[in-house]
Amino acid sequence: MTEQKKIDIPIMADLHSKGKKPEYLFWVGCAGAYDDRYKKVTRAFAKILTYFDVDYAVLGTEETCTGDPARRAGNEMLFQMQAMQVIETFKNYDIKKIITICPHCFNTFKNEYPDFGGNYEVIHHTRFINQLLEAHPGKVNADILKKYNIAYHDPCYLGRANGEYDAPREVISKVASKTLEIDPHKSNALCCGAGGAQMFKEAEPGDREVYDMRTEQALATGADVVATACPFCMTMITDGLKLQKKEDKVKNYDIAELVAMALGI
Amino acid sequence: MMKQIIFAAILLLTLIILGYSFYRIYRFFKLTRPAFKIKDHAQRFNELMRVAFGQSKIFRWPFTGLMHALVFWGFLVITIGSVEMVIDGVAGTHRALGVLGAVYNVIIGSGDVFAVIVLLAILIFLGRRLVMNINRFNGIELRKKSKQDAILALTLIFLLMVSLLGMNMAYVALYESKVWFEGVYPVSRWFSDLFLDGIPYDQLLIVHEVNWWTHILLIFIFANVLPYSKHFHVFTSLPNVYLSRLTPVGKMNTMEDVKTEVEMMMNPEAAQEPPAEELASFGVSDAEHITWKNYLDSLSCTQCGRCTSVCPANQTGKKLSPRKIMVDTRARMKERGPQLLDHGKNADDKKMLIEDFITAEELWACTTCNACVIECPININQPELILEMRRYLVLEQAKAPGELSTMLTNIENNGAPWQYSPEDRMKWSEELFMNV
Repeated sequence: MTEQKKIDIPIMADLHSKGKKPEYLFWVGCAGAYDDRYKKVTRAFAKILTYFDVDYAVLGTEETCTGDPARRAGNEMLFQMQAMQVIETFKNYDIKKIITICPHCFNTFKNEYPDFGGNYEVIHHTRFINQLLEAHPGKVNADILKKYNIAYHDPCYLGRANGEYDAPREVISKVASKTLEIDPHKSNALCCGAGGAQMFKEAEPGDREVYDMRTEQALATGADVVATACPFCMTMITDGLKLQKKEDKVKNYDIAELVAMALGI
Repeated sequence: MMKQIIFAAILLLTLIILGYSFYRIYRFFKLTRPAFKIKDHAQRFNELMRVAFGQSKIFRWPFTGLMHALVFWGFLVITIGSVEMVIDGVAGTHRALGVLGAVYNVIIGSGDVFAVIVLLAILIFLGRRLVMNINRFNGIELRKKSKQDAILALTLIFLLMVSLLGMNMAYVALYESKVWFEGVYPVSRWFSDLFLDGIPYDQLLIVHEVNWWTHILLIFIFANVLPYSKHFHVFTSLPNVYLSRLTPVGKMNTMEDVKTEVEMMMNPEAAQEPPAEELASFGVSDAEHITWKNYLDSLSCTQCGRCTSVCPANQTGKKLSPRKIMVDTRARMKERGPQLLDHGKNADDKKMLIEDFITAEELWACTTCNACVIECPININQPELILEMRRYLVLEQAKAPGELSTMLTNIENNGAPWQYSPEDRMKWSEELFMNV
């Protein structure tokens, strides 16, 4: 019989006041903190970190926006103010390694913060999870997800922007028995339609919505789970499944959620 | 001797016209802004080998990719023969590079084979343009002139290959038995037996001369058409690949002017006083605000449309076409450049790149997914210009779509794009349990 254990999430400021310095900062991101659907992903990932005894902490109320959507919406001034503020916070806690559950935050930290003196080892959660599973083999129960055919949608800011196509696929192959590829995928993958600050506005007029087209491509694989690794992709694909009236038959899970399920946590 | 004088005169004329065309373009480059310092030459050379000579990105579309690669590699080999023709023309020699011996045989032999391959590829390309209704070859940015431009270039290349083969065939028929016969002609040798058998010596001489002159004159004409054609990429794509943006595609360029200002705001004491320069305008609104790299991109764009065909906005019927960004930028510089050169930077024709060529609707439709960048066979970066124009709209004109203005205000006030209190950031962690 499984037992429930309450988890307390370590907060950077608390550890700091005790003179402790965790190895990793878990950067939750605005979607991870505020979006009701993506909060579940945050929780799933926090469980994974706890399960594997990772030495980490979050910033909690000290976290703020990386500035990514501001920069992509053309407001360089606001982006830079956010960036300098975040870098200042990181400096206070001497942060060196950052794990993110958002490819947009990942890209900004990795590629854009160095221009402002912020140089970190930035790890996307799919890569981090893959490393954990490799370091601790035999923890996953692949039977739990046996019933699912899983298709993975590549987020632009993880794939094309940063060349990370393998880690999410490796994780899925470790927890599932059947994986499918969407046509097109990897560097040819279609965007979910939310990047470049599109998440926060209506799309320009056209024949249809990008998320609808992408969902259709995902559904064409015959998958019953569309796996995503980005909060924006999750919102868009979930909307797409609703629009296609497939939300009862086809589920949209983040890689972290699939792993938490397969670990039985 | 007469032939040499005529040839030298034509060559000189060609070089003068070509020089003028390049000088004009050079003067337009001088109107543009700096982009980046050109360093990392080893990496650039590697990129040149892989993307340009290796044609790696063109192969993302296997069939047309192979056709293009064959034309390109053929072009490289055949060009060596063209250089020889210029030497022969000026010096009055015959097959001057024959002194290279075995190397020459390889060059000329493969050039002879490539001539047929290129000829066939061009016929396929012409068929695709004239007969098949391929989506990529249409688009609002492609006017009748662009299509004529494409057909003209293909026709010229077709005639170049025909005359090259004609010249080689006649050369074989005339001189194969002679001691000073140079080169190897695997295809023309065979064609020569087939088509030129039994033709008298005098007539063969004429066939050879006509094809020789046709070929070299077409090269001179083609070279001078290129700077005014989308096929200028014959000249610019190698430099464009060498001068690729080497930063990760997801990285957006930092505006240094803004950085100085923000540093002063965040830390007034530590920041250095910025040098008193003339007030810079933020972002791109017209041709003179683009960087030399943006302009080189626009000159190198051959309007293949691979970028547009993979663009999510374009695929879903929105107005954005990455190719149009390049076509419009080049067109606007062609119009704006002379004004600026003649009347200085205050020249005003009541038009701008933004709005008069590229509308805000197009700019706001970009998801910055970088599919266009990954796809472009010669490493053009379209989103960079899109972002710079968005920067102009937002920083200079405060014209962001309403919802984006709200999002920006939220970041400013709450540190998140949504209107939630920073105090609620840890709500996700309340009552969190896990199975053990």
